[in-house]
Amino acid sequence: MEGLSVSDANLVVYLPPSQSKNVSHAILRELSSLLFRYSETFDGVILAYAVNTPNKRGRILSGVHPYFAVGLQAKLLIFSPKPEMLLEGKVVKIVRESIHVIVLGFSSAIITNGDIRDEFRFKKKHGEGVYVSRYHKKHAIKVGTVIRFVVKSLDEEILHISGSLTPPHTGSARWLIKHFEDDKTSSGKRKEVEGELDMAERDTIDREALNKDHETKKTKKRKAAEDH
Amino acid sequence: MGVELAHQYTQFNDMEDVNFTDSQLVSHVRDALVLVQSGDSESYHQLVGVMHHSQRLAADEVALLVTSLKALSGAVSYIDSVYHQSLLNSIFSMKMWNYGPDVMDALIELVINLATSSGKYLDSCLDMLVSNFTPPLYLVEALKQPRGQAKKEQVLSRLHIALKEIARLVPVAATRLSSIVVQKMPMTFKNDGEKDRLKCRTEMYVENMLRLESGAVGEYDGNRMLMAVVDMLIELDVAIGWDDILRDDSSKGIFKIELEDDTANDEEEEEDEYGDGELPRTLSHRSLGKNIIADLLDSLMVRTFEHLESCASDNRLSEVFKTLVDSFMLTILNTYKSKFAQFVVFYACALDPDNCGVTFAQTLADSFIYGDNPLTRMSAVAYLASYLARGKFLSAAFVATILKRLVHWCWEYCKSKDGVMNPKGHRVFYSGCQAIMYVLCFRMRSMMEIPSLKSQLLFMPIESILKSKLNPLKVCLPSIVEEFLKQAKDAHLLPLPDSLIFDSLLESHLSSDFGGLERLDMFFPFDPCLLKNCDRSFIRPNFLYWKNVKTTYGGDEEDSSDEEIAEDGDGLTDNGEKLMGRSYEMQDVDIDHFDFAMSKMSITPKNAFGVQRMQMPSRIRPSTSPESL
Repeated sequence: MEGLSVSDANLVVYLPPSQSKNVSHAILRELSSLLFRYSETFDGVILAYAVNTPNKRGRILSGVHPYFAVGLQAKLLIFSPKPEMLLEGKVVKIVRESIHVIVLGFSSAIITNGDIRDEFRFKKKHGEGVYVSRYHKKHAIKVGTVIRFVVKSLDEEILHISGSLTPPHTGSARWLIKHFEDDKTSSGKRKEVEGELDMAERDTIDREALNKDHETKKTKKRKAAEDH
Repeated sequence: MGVELAHQYTQFNDMEDVNFTDSQLVSHVRDALVLVQSGDSESYHQLVGVMHHSQRLAADEVALLVTSLKALSGAVSYIDSVYHQSLLNSIFSMKMWNYGPDVMDALIELVINLATSSGKYLDSCLDMLVSNFTPPLYLVEALKQPRGQAKKEQVLSRLHIALKEIARLVPVAATRLSSIVVQKMPMTFKNDGEKDRLKCRTEMYVENMLRLESGAVGEYDGNRMLMAVVDMLIELDVAIGWDDILRDDSSKGIFKIELEDDTANDEEEEEDEYGDGELPRTLSHRSLGKNIIADLLDSLMVRTFEHLESCASDNRLSEVFKTLVDSFMLTILNTYKSKFAQFVVFYACALDPDNCGVTFAQTLADSFIYGDNPLTRMSAVAYLASYLARGKFLSAAFVATILKRLVHWCWEYCKSKDGVMNPKGHRVFYSGCQAIMYVLCFRMRSMMEIPSLKSQLLFMPIESILKSKLNPLKVCLPSIVEEFLKQAKDAHLLPLPDSLIFDSLLESHLSSDFGGLERLDMFFPFDPCLLKNCDRSFIRPNFLYWKNVKTTYGGDEEDSSDEEIAEDGDGLTDNGEKLMGRSYEMQDVDIDHFDFAMSKMSITPKNAFGVQRMQMPSRIRPSTSPESL
């Protein structure tokens, strides 16, 4: 998943004198107030922080402000989704018109009908909506599935993402991983084979494999016909 | 037969047609929405027109509205906030209360889809749902009838389902929802003529807030709802003011308030009985009952209590209680002489004495011992004293534990300060001493009856504190000092000579000094609750009345007025246990006796200095009038 980054930030926290008794508590409080909100400064949402105060001395601000400034270094985990980024999220609702997803447990995303590629077809199974691929029947998106999708736009205030399932590398994350790994392993095997066999041999093997595939499909069809 | 079959077939065909038309309608609505952008807005305007159908719809209008709403639900992603503003406005101004269940369902579906389709409409959708928490004014009267109640349930259940669904699909919605709910809280009574209706709407709004706490936003932001409710209670509480309560009595300078039986006859009788000026006339409930704010507060408190009960049955009281205590420490504790709102915490403690009850007392004790602000500390210890004294559900052993902490603190304070009596300088200390004495007035005998607690009590350095140079006996409230010394003497807790008892009174004006005239010298937050419904059904069974307190000096020494009550069949002092053991209904019957007895427990300015015998104040009002001390 893209959109997550760890940043090292040098920050200055301004604290009122009433909090001078417990500065570390006040610093944590101040940083916690940044969590799960979009911050323009960081151009994203802070999900977590680890803080370090190298300098134990605060600086009292001159002038009318009675605040004192504490310098600190923090590691921030920032979530900043941008268009075209690939995100993962859990599906919470599927209707014909849209797929509703929650990313990282707090940000909501919607993929509308128009942004779902034609490969996926809406079906109702046991009263619940499912999007199933026309080409790979095991590639299904239902409630609870973790999907990969591409960001179209982001509403920063609500942290609402509009997403898309148009590119081919989007869909059910589990299926994609499996498919990708299968691809990888099969291509790996093929490379080994390539070293040992010449082109002609490979062709016959491929043809045989194809025929075998064809045969199994045929037998399945036949079986189905016999059953009926 | 053949005809029938043909008929059925046509029906079937019709239905198919309807289905087909439905899906066509979705695309029709889509087209209508899209065409607006190219300048053709005829069908769009038709659609907006349909949304404006609101009251007294004919069946076909209902059908059209439902179909349009459903079609729109399927086309929400085509709604554009720039081109379709009028459509959005008309959707958001629709009132659920005006429609039947079919339209409500379709509207709710549309609002859920709109809210989750894009971040842009989330706030408006939540706002629309929240504004449906209360019915339009013209429907308020109808709500009192069973049909109205059914309607209310129809609307509210749908609203809360919708809010829950939106919060599930858009987690951020919970936070935004709670902000909207808090912003839209009805707080003022603008028009006098509409007070009753507004009261009803406020009640309903709070009911919805509490429902949200246990529903849609509970998981994320439920504590904010609860805090907002408590804040509202305090605002109403403050709006009542002591002057309202004491309006009838202030001229007489009586600093005692008591709740009487609410029947008019009884009130009249009581007035006749007490109107001669010999005895303090207690507050007639009428003066508070007429107060619309008090009525509203009463009913809101009852709703909050019921909510706490439901939390207790769902096993989530401890989690809710945490919020309540936070809210208490933040607001109620520092509210100047809050009268009623604190009973919310009291009742929560009563529901779970072992956890909540203990936590509350410990939090207060911590706030007193470790706090920074002297006024907050004094307030905390006043609450603590009143809570330990009045909470019927608290065991003597627990009271002893907390008392030990207070005594220990006071003793350390005494040792660390060498100065002489200084009511203002040592006000935190004096308020601590007063708290110790107040609690012991109520609990001394019950503690003395248990040997282990008795020995604990005897080992506490109470005597050393009271005899220290800071001389708390001369500064604390004389009625409490008097009662405490009397009991302590009988229990052999303090070997004090009789003379000291009356000596202390000479300096009694100092008691107003240490808290300041306006502050805590006579503030006992958990004195009997004046709100009728709250008190009767919730507080009373958990509340320890002075009447029921067993004093160490026993029942035989009571004065003649108490014996008068005893003649009626129930002795005042020696029947304490009997009364406490009896059922609540039985106690209710005795309210008249109880009120009469309570009046005997009061202090009037007349006998504060003149008459030798003083009694424990059952209910004390602040020293607002100069004669009171």
